[in-house]
Amino acid sequence: MNFSFRFDPIELPPEAKELRQEVRTFLRQEAEAGTFSPGDGKGSFSREFSRRVGAKGWIGMTWPKKYGGHERSQLERYVVTEEMLAARAPTRAHSTADRQSGPVILGYGQEEIRQKILPQIAAGELCFCIGLSEPNSGSDVFAASTRATKTDGGWLVNGRKIWTSGAHHADYMIALLRTSPSTKENRRHGLTQFLVEMKTPGITTRPIINLTGGHDFNEVVFDDAFLPDSHLIGEVDMAWKQATDELAHERSGPDRWIETFPALVELVRRAGEEPSERLAEGIGREVAHLATLRRMSLSVAGMLQAGKTPSVEAAVVKDLGTNFEQALPDKVRLLAPPTGDSEPDTNDDRFEEALRYATLIAPKLTIQGGTREVLRGIIARGLGLR
Amino acid sequence: MNDGSDNIIVDTATRIFRDLCEPATINDAEKGVWPKALWDALEESGLPLAWVPDDLGGSGVTMLDGFAVLRVAGRFAAPVPLAETLMAGWLLARAGITVPNGPMTVAPVHADGHIELRADGRLAGRARRVPFARNAGYIAVLVHRGNDAAVALVAAAGLPISQGASLAGEPSDDVSFDGVKPEAVRPVLLDENLLVSFGAAVRLQQMAGALEKILEQSVQHALDRSQFGRPIAKFQAVQHNLATLAGEVAAASAAADAAAEACFRPEIGISEVAIAKVRGGEAAGTGAAIAHQVHGAMGFTYEHSLHHATRRLWAWREEFGNETMWAQRLGRMVAAHGADQLWSFITQGP
Repeated sequence: MNFSFRFDPIELPPEAKELRQEVRTFLRQEAEAGTFSPGDGKGSFSREFSRRVGAKGWIGMTWPKKYGGHERSQLERYVVTEEMLAARAPTRAHSTADRQSGPVILGYGQEEIRQKILPQIAAGELCFCIGLSEPNSGSDVFAASTRATKTDGGWLVNGRKIWTSGAHHADYMIALLRTSPSTKENRRHGLTQFLVEMKTPGITTRPIINLTGGHDFNEVVFDDAFLPDSHLIGEVDMAWKQATDELAHERSGPDRWIETFPALVELVRRAGEEPSERLAEGIGREVAHLATLRRMSLSVAGMLQAGKTPSVEAAVVKDLGTNFEQALPDKVRLLAPPTGDSEPDTNDDRFEEALRYATLIAPKLTIQGGTREVLRGIIARGLGLR
Repeated sequence: MNDGSDNIIVDTATRIFRDLCEPATINDAEKGVWPKALWDALEESGLPLAWVPDDLGGSGVTMLDGFAVLRVAGRFAAPVPLAETLMAGWLLARAGITVPNGPMTVAPVHADGHIELRADGRLAGRARRVPFARNAGYIAVLVHRGNDAAVALVAAAGLPISQGASLAGEPSDDVSFDGVKPEAVRPVLLDENLLVSFGAAVRLQQMAGALEKILEQSVQHALDRSQFGRPIAKFQAVQHNLATLAGEVAAASAAADAAAEACFRPEIGISEVAIAKVRGGEAAGTGAAIAHQVHGAMGFTYEHSLHHATRRLWAWREEFGNETMWAQRLGRMVAAHGADQLWSFITQGP
């Protein structure tokens, strides 16, 4: 039995290094043009920005050219993604489709749908959301009960999805729907993936305001919503087989350790050129974690590029990464030199803003996309304990 | 990393350790019994001088393979100065000094260490906590004369050595070099910072190996040990602890790789080593604690072999700079670059 997981070293190819400079130049120009404010902590939604990223050829980078892709490597894609995230560029209109929905359609979608949808995603025209969680099915994804019933020429959908991020912006959802009951032998049986056009009659999206006061997630209600047969993705009842490699893509990327990074940047700004021993040590520790996580995450991208399915390694990165990014705001808070009643300057405002945002979003980081408990279960299975 | 890697050098090392580095050998070594059979087999294989080119008396193995051997040595808690001899060979070779056979070690092992080369060609100064000094035939010493650095090859016989022990019970000795005349001295482009960085990279490989070992032992123990009518591996709390341990092992392993890569360059990458020793040191502490928790009272006995790895982890994380020392340095480097350069500081590596 092999007890430890492999994270093979990666050397980025020269073209990826050039690409990084190209992305940095693009982001600098976008920031100068006022598209976004770098490092404001949030990252947001801009269809115009996503179209310009698409025009650069930076969405669907690894997909075949005949579907609008660019046949570049996972490592090049990784570089683009991490540069966008580090700068807090407004990628939300295309990031879900680029990371997850596009690859699912490419892997399991019908040819007609691939030809229609993928080029539009790559152009930055389409925004996707993911319909997994339900009121009674959160971490227990395979307990989903929203039904798709066969009807003439398609399927009728009834039920509810919840905590669906970005559903209010999305043009499409990839939904996991119940097409048969589970079986005694396999409780994951009976679920099927579908492409859902959000403007289909019978679909209602309602906002759920989160604790930051922001609107990101939603409830999506299906009331006899009709999906054409062409929107079936993969095999009926067999979605569980398709889920594994999707998760390897979802769980290892830079978005799993970089969410609260702006708070660290602002701490370094406040520390100045000659920080105290204590502050230097605190910054050093966080940077050591961050740099090691990035190396591991890049290694998973390398394994994906090599055609492997490193789903346990991806769970390790997400567990370590989300714990790190969740703990970071509190470390930053306690390391920061006190300001007291002294006159605040603009740097103090930037610091306060970044820390406030990071502190408020911290709780969700170890929940979304697979809770800490689910991830540790996956790792334990990988260790042969289950 | 069990049977049959694709690397013949790693396979050779694994075979030697499996045959000759039993738990009893490790316990005997702590009592002061030199593991002669183990050392002789290693020497015969040429592994201790892996980083010395052929023309200086070594076996000229790549840096990468040398580091891979150290990871295996860490897995087996090899109670011999293999890492130290490898380092001494590397240091002597950098100065172009022909390397002798037999166990060696290096000095100084702290960044603030300082040994003077006097005008009369003799040395002045002492080095604290030199690993395996009492077992070494020769010590490779980084010395200074004014601003110029040099490597001195010093015969250990007759040196005043004050014996001490590391947390793992391995020799950790204070050595005085006052008035000693070296066998050879040659200039080198190196300083204590770089030597200590290299030492940290070496220790990180051993730590990664020891962490792999305790993960393996802990998983096996959880599967074998039953309580409340079932293997403790079936309890979610135990599973989650072991998952955390696996994450720490993976992080330490990645950190060790990064530090090794930083040593392949003409100028050792100090920031990469700093990152690695901080992360690896934390993983050693967290990892050893979980391994002991999973093993319960059994793992706290001298009889159980768990302490061979965990005590070494506690010793090694402190040697060649601990987490605090490296984190402060790293933090100062980051601060000097400034907030707007933090991201490019992090991406400067691969």
